[in-house]
Amino acid sequence: MTIAAEARPVPQLTQSWLVRLFDYKPFLIFICLLPALGLLLVFLSYPLGLGIWLAFTDTRIGRSGVFIGFENFESLWHDPVFITSVWNTLLYTGVATVAKFGLGLWLALLLNNHLPFKSLLRALILVPWIVPTVLSAIAFWWIYDPQFSIISYVLVDVLGWRDTYVDFLGSPWPARWSLIAANVWRGIPFVAISLLAGLQTISPTLYEAAMLDGANAWQRFRHVTLPMLMPILAIVLTFSVLFTFTDFQLVYAITRGGPINSTHLMATLAFQRGIPGGQLGEGAAIAVAMIPFLVMATLFSYFALARRKWQQGEDND
Amino acid sequence: MRGLVSIGSQKPMVCNAAGGDRVRHPGANQSAGETTKMASVQIADVRKAYGSTQVIHGVDIDINDGEFVILVGPSGCGKSTLLRMIAGLENISGGEIRIGSRVVNDVPPKERDIAMVFQNYALYPHMTVADNMAFSMKLRKAPKSEIDERVNKAAGILGLTNLLERYPRQLSGGQRQRVAMGRAIVRDPQVFLFDEPLSNLDAKLRVQMRTEIKELHQRLKTTTVYVTHDQIEAMTMADKIVVMHDGIVEQMGAPLDLYDNPANLFVAAFIGSPSMNLLKGTIRANGFETEGGVIWPVGKHPADSNDRAAVLGIRPEHLMLDPNGLSAEVVVIEPMGSETQVVVRCGGQDLTCIFRERIGAKPGETIKIRPDTSVTHLFDAATGKRI
Repeated sequence: MTIAAEARPVPQLTQSWLVRLFDYKPFLIFICLLPALGLLLVFLSYPLGLGIWLAFTDTRIGRSGVFIGFENFESLWHDPVFITSVWNTLLYTGVATVAKFGLGLWLALLLNNHLPFKSLLRALILVPWIVPTVLSAIAFWWIYDPQFSIISYVLVDVLGWRDTYVDFLGSPWPARWSLIAANVWRGIPFVAISLLAGLQTISPTLYEAAMLDGANAWQRFRHVTLPMLMPILAIVLTFSVLFTFTDFQLVYAITRGGPINSTHLMATLAFQRGIPGGQLGEGAAIAVAMIPFLVMATLFSYFALARRKWQQGEDND
Repeated sequence: MRGLVSIGSQKPMVCNAAGGDRVRHPGANQSAGETTKMASVQIADVRKAYGSTQVIHGVDIDINDGEFVILVGPSGCGKSTLLRMIAGLENISGGEIRIGSRVVNDVPPKERDIAMVFQNYALYPHMTVADNMAFSMKLRKAPKSEIDERVNKAAGILGLTNLLERYPRQLSGGQRQRVAMGRAIVRDPQVFLFDEPLSNLDAKLRVQMRTEIKELHQRLKTTTVYVTHDQIEAMTMADKIVVMHDGIVEQMGAPLDLYDNPANLFVAAFIGSPSMNLLKGTIRANGFETEGGVIWPVGKHPADSNDRAAVLGIRPEHLMLDPNGLSAEVVVIEPMGSETQVVVRCGGQDLTCIFRERIGAKPGETIKIRPDTSVTHLFDAATGKRI
């Protein structure tokens, strides 16, 4: 029964060493990964590593520093401006995120209905997100101006509800709330559009089934929309928290951390100390101090919210 | 066995206060201790229009208590729209729908006391099987013991007892289908609505679920309206079939009535598989002359219909081998074991025949066939109406 074995001799291919090298799988994998790996190393790992290293030195601009251990962090611990900036950041992130999610979800639910000019409205919603941050910061700067504020104008001159112009940015608490309002305005589109995308993946028959099961509008939202939206909600929440926590542009452009350092976030304080102030080591230490917060926020939303039991398991289609 | 299904034995306060329409049959004509509520459904001159496009043009259907009615028709005939109007998911543009004695045109879906099984099942993916089935009762705040009792009973009927803690994702298509039915059963509604419930299943499972749904109906005896495009489902399951086409009812009746006496060409062609052979031609005194010039013997027909342009309809199983019959050339032979399906060409036209006997002929050879003239059908060529 030896049939084809003799009839067809295997041709002996002579391949060059280069061809054989590229057929060698580990080498091929390495070659293919190299560009991406290079980019990550140069633009991600190096700056991050350098930042962490700087946090443990007393580097100033123009003078390379020496390793000083945790000295930067110890001095920050007793620095009231830094402590204020931490509380500011937490307040800013917490309040703004809650507001962005409340309003964003509400907007997404509205836009998910049949409205006239729906696509136009959806495009308009995106405007605050598209406008460069600094540009919208300047707009808010005018809106919050002590003399030319349109809000003050409306309240005092048009409606007559107040006698004096509002001092938005001149004292600590009004300035903090003003910045939060500006951040909410900027952040809503991202939340609204992402959640709208999530809403549109929910099958309309689920709502019909719930309607026949006797659910009213609130119960349909509570028992169908919300649980189905949870996975995307968790991801959008994570991103939103990260963006808000690390926000720099808006605050720096509107108040530069003032008045009297009362609106500094960790990011703006890090920049303030490191670049204009020249204390690179201390600035880096402030930036590094953000990392534990960010890691915690990410882990929380990843484990607590992202994966639900009903999404796991075999898909038996 | 029927004692199992007395799910409606004690009904909590449901949102049907508007009508005392619930027909109960305590003891008298049911087995002991069983109460089943049912309702008739009347559809009177119902119309549906989307803007200026009218999709349902005045449909009248009477569905009796406990009847299993199937709406069947090709896609776009308006059958699903009609079902959704009964459910309250679509507005009614004209006419009247009654469930029991109550006009439900303006009654919101949740107060119509109906349950619907959707084509894609519409199971809540974030709820377990048990929660899916219990959802409607939880919403109306039924006591937990009653919820558990009803869910367990429904699960028992449908063989879902071991799957109660699973999520829909972890179920097969047939199991999901059963959960969707379980969700409907737990509600113990006046009317079950099914919207093409078997289309997402594979062929074998479809046959099996067909039997299960029919058996379920025989146990529960709840009025059922079932939509499908598959005429075999309609034939095998229905007490009454409603054939719809382009937003009107073409014919309505018992499955075999429709099969034996189709009212028009559409029903004749739609009902039956393989479908009826339809030959164009003219009625003559000595038979039916096709366009190919072949004279077919036909059964009784009105004398005044001679020389009328018409269509002759012959079901494949009503063609038989006969040495004195018409000559026909065999085109394709499909032996199926119990019977043989043969496509023949006669007078330039292809016909499908089903013979009980096995055929020795080969493609290209000639066989002699004749129709059973007691069961041939004649339709007017212009109107499509039965002659």
